Amino acid sequence: MNFWLQIFANPELYAATLAMATPIALAAVGGTFSERTGVVNIAMEGIMLVGAFFGVMVAAATHSAWLGMFGGVIAGGLMALALAWPAIRLQSDQVVVGMALNVFAGGLTAFLLNTVYGYNGTPTSTPSLPIVTLPWISNIPFIGQVIGQHDVVVYLMFLFVILGHFTLFHTNLGLRMRAVGEHPEAAETVGISVVKIRYLGVMIGGMLSGLAGVYLSLGMLSSFDVNMTNGRGFIALAAMIFGKWTPFGAFGAALLFGFATALSISLQGSGVSANLIGILPYALTIIALTGLIGRSRPPAADGLPYVATK
Amino acid sequence: MALLEIRGLCKSFAHVVANADVYLDVEAGTTHAILGENGAGKSTLIKMISGLYRPDSGEIALDGAVQHFASPRDAILAGIGVVHQHFMLIPAMTVAENIVLGTERQRDAATPRQSRLLFNRKRAAASVQELSESLGLPIDPWARVETLSVGMQQRVEIVKALYRRARVLILDEPTAVLTPQETEELFAVIRKLNQDGIPVIFISHKLDEVRAIASTVTVMRAGKTVRTAPVADATAAQLANWMVGRDVILQSRKEEVAVGDSVLEVKNLSASDDRKTEKVRGVSFSVRRGEIFGVAGIDGNGQTELVEAIVGLRKVNGGSVHLLDRDIGHMSVGERIARGIAYVPQDRQQDGLILSFSIAENLQLREVSKAPFSRRGWLTRAAARKRAQQLVEEFDVRPPVIDASAGSLSGGNQQKVILAREMSRNPELLVAVQPTRGLDVGAIEGIHRYLLQLRAEGRSILLVSLELDEILSLADRIGVMHAGEMVAVMDNQNVTRESLGLAMTGKWSEKEAIS
Ligand SMILES: Nc1ncnc2c1ncn2[C@@H]1O[C@H](COP(=O)(O)OP(=O)(O)OP(=O)(O)O)[C@@H](O)[C@H]1O
Ligand SMILES: [Mg+2]
Repeated sequence: MNFWLQIFANPELYAATLAMATPIALAAVGGTFSERTGVVNIAMEGIMLVGAFFGVMVAAATHSAWLGMFGGVIAGGLMALALAWPAIRLQSDQVVVGMALNVFAGGLTAFLLNTVYGYNGTPTSTPSLPIVTLPWISNIPFIGQVIGQHDVVVYLMFLFVILGHFTLFHTNLGLRMRAVGEHPEAAETVGISVVKIRYLGVMIGGMLSGLAGVYLSLGMLSSFDVNMTNGRGFIALAAMIFGKWTPFGAFGAALLFGFATALSISLQGSGVSANLIGILPYALTIIALTGLIGRSRPPAADGLPYVATK
Repeated sequence: MALLEIRGLCKSFAHVVANADVYLDVEAGTTHAILGENGAGKSTLIKMISGLYRPDSGEIALDGAVQHFASPRDAILAGIGVVHQHFMLIPAMTVAENIVLGTERQRDAATPRQSRLLFNRKRAAASVQELSESLGLPIDPWARVETLSVGMQQRVEIVKALYRRARVLILDEPTAVLTPQETEELFAVIRKLNQDGIPVIFISHKLDEVRAIASTVTVMRAGKTVRTAPVADATAAQLANWMVGRDVILQSRKEEVAVGDSVLEVKNLSASDDRKTEKVRGVSFSVRRGEIFGVAGIDGNGQTELVEAIVGLRKVNGGSVHLLDRDIGHMSVGERIARGIAYVPQDRQQDGLILSFSIAENLQLREVSKAPFSRRGWLTRAAARKRAQQLVEEFDVRPPVIDASAGSLSGGNQQKVILAREMSRNPELLVAVQPTRGLDVGAIEGIHRYLLQLRAEGRSILLVSLELDEILSLADRIGVMHAGEMVAVMDNQNVTRESLGLAMTGKWSEKEAIS
């Protein structure tokens, strides 16, 4: 009893939850944008990986973590373009393209890591993103310890979750995006360019996934390692579905996965089998994907190529 | 000068010339009907006028100014409003969202209260409500479109067009999905728009409607406009002749057929819809050999669920279904097909066809595991194609190109493909829901002839239709559905439209039936 109380009363558990949830939430919100416009995005894993690598590469070269972040986000956007073009222009199967990109990203980053940096990995001098301490809030007991001091990307994540929700549900652009994902023909007949909107959705998705990758490489650490995303892109996919294709929902789901991860970390060496705890986030993913927790309805035209007849 | 002028418009697709030299003059404040067989090119013409397709050649002029529509956006800005044959509404969104969607940057159309960046639900709803009331077309702006009846959805489409300040309103087969009452309401709206100076282009296959609402009619045949005339000068038979190019028998003749044993026996059947509300309540009836049993009723009174329960697409809550004395109530759809049920579903695009498959592939779907479509699990393509070609010709599918995708066919021809597939199987029981919806008079004549032929061969047909005329001209016995119950089963010989109408609205009492 006492043991569990100690674990659950420790604010660090919740702080770690936030930290672990951040990359998942970012990518999931990004995926939400992509899928709301009707493009299935299973390439988040790969895009994150590319974002993480180029984040470090640019940061190491320029000695600026900020420029690194910028580079990672741009790289994520470009990678998304590689999904958008075949998916939108060539009407390719979006799942196949997405999977191909994941494989490609794994190979590309491993290859570049090796050729650019050799055995030693990315330079130890790579700067990392700053930790921000919120004035006032960080002094509040418990709450301050949970949310008062984090990597800057954690706060950016909050910003993007709110901004994402606001954009999707309270702007004309968001209405257009949702319309395109539900019924592209109907959107086209009221004068909306399905192609442009879908490009925008996929690009936003790619940039947010890129930022998620940057957080892994320049936030949590300041280096890149082969396959360092470790399936988080797929967990983000689950969080997006779990969150019913809404930014707040995605954030909530990311928190759940983040909590499971943080718990598994704090239980390390406590006697509870770490392996057992370690599968928690993944088990949750499976439950979410098999739809045990309520049915969530994807955008009606999600994954369907749009062919404009002219 | 005509408000809208079409001069020599042409449009070709891979397999067909859809429009060849189309001319049309639409005067302000009038209703101009376009008539034409399935596949004549009506929808294609509309899609060019609305900027969805680009013409290969020819001109569109509004108020004398030649227009070049590169996208629907240009057409909307020029004042073209269209209600497409298949509605362009987003089911998961609200009425207000559907209506204001995409208007924020159309300076002229956007109401001044609408911001360019932010989408304000309340304001959108308020402006939609205001407009819809001023037009005399009240709708609830907060309702989700998927919860609305088809008639209401159409109203949303009309308000949507007028919200964009349409100067011309085009309605592509607006009445195909409406009940007679809804059609009357629509006509009232059209007349009001005409009074306000807005011309309406009205596309329909129903000659009576054209005669009731339009002042001018243009007839299209095989992509060409073959005739334009004042409606007052033409009889229904003449209109039909212009469309099809031959005389059409508008009233089908039935021969006497000896009625045999019962084939389908439904007892006390109950079933619920997807939302778990009971839609079929203790329905009992039978269909005998050589008989067409018509099910009449206002849309949404349980007909859909009843049919789905019979063909096996819906679980029953209680009661039994027997086909040829065997209980089929718990069999899968496949087993029921194997026992001789054929099914023509109501929604051809959703349930009847795989739109991305070719006509040939769609024709072999149902019996793909049998000859001539396959042998020992291998597709026998040549034989299947030969069969498909035969069916396409027999059922007059146009174009008769079996490699064309089902999705590229006009609505009416899609229906012919389904009918060809289902009727050619020589089923014990054919279940047909609205089999002639959206078909032209010539095609309807053909379908009715096929149905009567099946009947003459001693097969049974369960015909569900919202068209009273269709039921009255084909059915031997008529069951009327109201609120999930079969409130009356009548012999066609001693039935009147009035008694049917009463039963359909639930104002029928058994006493009257007996007296
Ligand atoms: N996108 C397309 N690709 C290929 N062929 C097409 C396409 N759209 C229409 N067609 C063909 O053009 C012809 C005209 O079709 P259209 O839909 O205009 O007919 P319609 O007069 O509206 O018929 P209906 O009364 O059945 O709706 C048909 O032969 C159809 O198969
Ligand atoms: Mg049409």
